[in-house]
Amino acid sequence: MSSLWERMFSFQDYGALLALVHNSIIAGALLGLVGGLVGVFVMLRDLSFAVHGISELSFAGASAALLFGVNVVAGSVAGSLIAAFIFGLLGVRARERSSVIAVLMPFGLGLGVLFVSLYKGRSANKLGPLLGQIVAVDNPQLVWLSVISVVVLGALAIIWRPLMFASIDPEIASARGVPVRALSPVFMIVLGLAVAMSVQIVGALLVLALLVTPAAAAMRVTASSLWVPVLSTLFGITAVVGGILLAVGGTLPISPYVTTISFAIYCVCRVIGAQRSRRGWSRRPAMVDA
Amino acid sequence: MTATPPIDAGREQRPPTGTGLPSAGPVAELRGATLQYGSRTLWSDLNLRIEAGEFIAVLGSNGSGKTSLLRVLLGEQDLTEGSAQIAGEPVRRGSEMVGYIPQRVGIDTGAMVKARDVVRMGLDGHRWGLPILFGRRRRELRRIVDDMLAAVGATSFADAPVSLLSGGELQRIRVAEAMGCDPALLICDEPLAALDLRHQEEVAALIDQRRREQNTAVIFVTHEINPVLQYVDRVLYLAGGRFRLGPPDEVMTSASLSALYGAPVDVISAHGRLVVVAANDMTAGLHQSLDDHPHDGHGQLHGTHDHGTHDPADRSGWRK
Repeated sequence: MSSLWERMFSFQDYGALLALVHNSIIAGALLGLVGGLVGVFVMLRDLSFAVHGISELSFAGASAALLFGVNVVAGSVAGSLIAAFIFGLLGVRARERSSVIAVLMPFGLGLGVLFVSLYKGRSANKLGPLLGQIVAVDNPQLVWLSVISVVVLGALAIIWRPLMFASIDPEIASARGVPVRALSPVFMIVLGLAVAMSVQIVGALLVLALLVTPAAAAMRVTASSLWVPVLSTLFGITAVVGGILLAVGGTLPISPYVTTISFAIYCVCRVIGAQRSRRGWSRRPAMVDA
Repeated sequence: MTATPPIDAGREQRPPTGTGLPSAGPVAELRGATLQYGSRTLWSDLNLRIEAGEFIAVLGSNGSGKTSLLRVLLGEQDLTEGSAQIAGEPVRRGSEMVGYIPQRVGIDTGAMVKARDVVRMGLDGHRWGLPILFGRRRRELRRIVDDMLAAVGATSFADAPVSLLSGGELQRIRVAEAMGCDPALLICDEPLAALDLRHQEEVAALIDQRRREQNTAVIFVTHEINPVLQYVDRVLYLAGGRFRLGPPDEVMTSASLSALYGAPVDVISAHGRLVVVAANDMTAGLHQSLDDHPHDGHGQLHGTHDHGTHDPADRSGWRK
């Protein structure tokens, strides 16, 4: 029993280990920020399934890069963007999009498994793109991740208001001159980049824990246009950085820590949200006349 | 982030009425307007001048081109022939002169967004950048949104998420949202659909109030004229590629609609309400047939109207 505990949590030589993973912590914080903000729109546009689909193709891209010995981040970005492009192009309507994603997702996963199986290198590297890893963030990778973050955050800063309008009330937005149709593929690209980042840290299978769970948790406790993104970001950063800090000492991959923290935050938010709906959301008297 | 223009640019440029139009000309004008999809003509040679403060109801069966007409005025649909102008200029998408209240009642049910923020989107949601303001501009925007919410009687649920609002409450919010650009023309596509009778009356009264106070012209597509009958100045009735345009008591008559459909139609007036019924199977697909809005709570009225209030002899003339 104690050996299991030591595999999960160990804080021996913690300071030295932290020094080793400080790149990962910076990358994790960036990822929490990007995931928390992008997640708000994933929720509002009902794109959870698309996130999962993109992440599998991102995994295929990353494992192809591993096999051919090129930059893994570049590979996963390429995979993500191809997926985002295909989903944006083929699936305009939600129902149509779901089937396109469901068709492409196993294909992407299958390709990824193929590339990983053909890879002859260190076996620890093999499952990285699928299940996540912490020590893998070297300096060039951190530069890549930072550049992607800047691009994503910059794009969001520019399109935030019209994207919000188009996500919530597309018909009135279109009448007011918001380019509703053009914003859809633009957001898919932003989403693809965010997924590619997440795949580096938590792995393709668990991307949803960073791109959906924090925003979903935030929307349980508030509807404020300010607090939803702020809380979502805080939850995302807490999950990734907290997960890394806990995972450092043990010998397990990072993803169970990140997903567990993320899930715990969501559960707490659900409980708070349930209490809040019982009390009522507004000053409105509880529908006396209806 | 780009430098943001004043929060309220669209409003400050004009006095708070439709009177700030370039000239005393019509708010909207269609000239010789024809719309065809392939070989099918929805309507042709339609001339329509909408004056400030006018309330025009657009009626007709499904597929008669009612919504397409609104899309033309919104600049989202090109005419096959003829011209469409708003305030003397060709229609264009995103014009500040028009406000739009669409057909779909429910904003996506999962949307955790406050009613207040939806109203604000109508004000500045189309601009690029982040929705963050500080200091005086923030208070100014807050005051404007509060005023808009108060104008539609939505103050009490301003901070509730829209996903928790009833259909009537939500439609009030969307009326306020559509008013964000202080439009001279309000384009309504069945805003009463799927509302119960009481909320239909409330929302219709709200739109009429805006028209009277701000002199806003209203073009109002509806399946059901009764909730707005008391406000309507003119009716545009579309059917089978043709149309009738005029005051309700000229258009909504048995003779007029029968001529339009080329088949016998009865218009029955009962208890201040108008009911259009097919007089035989040929015209059974008319608007307000029983299958329209079966969920709106009073659809059964169409079937149980009192045949005693009209003279069946009127029909004799229509049979060839």
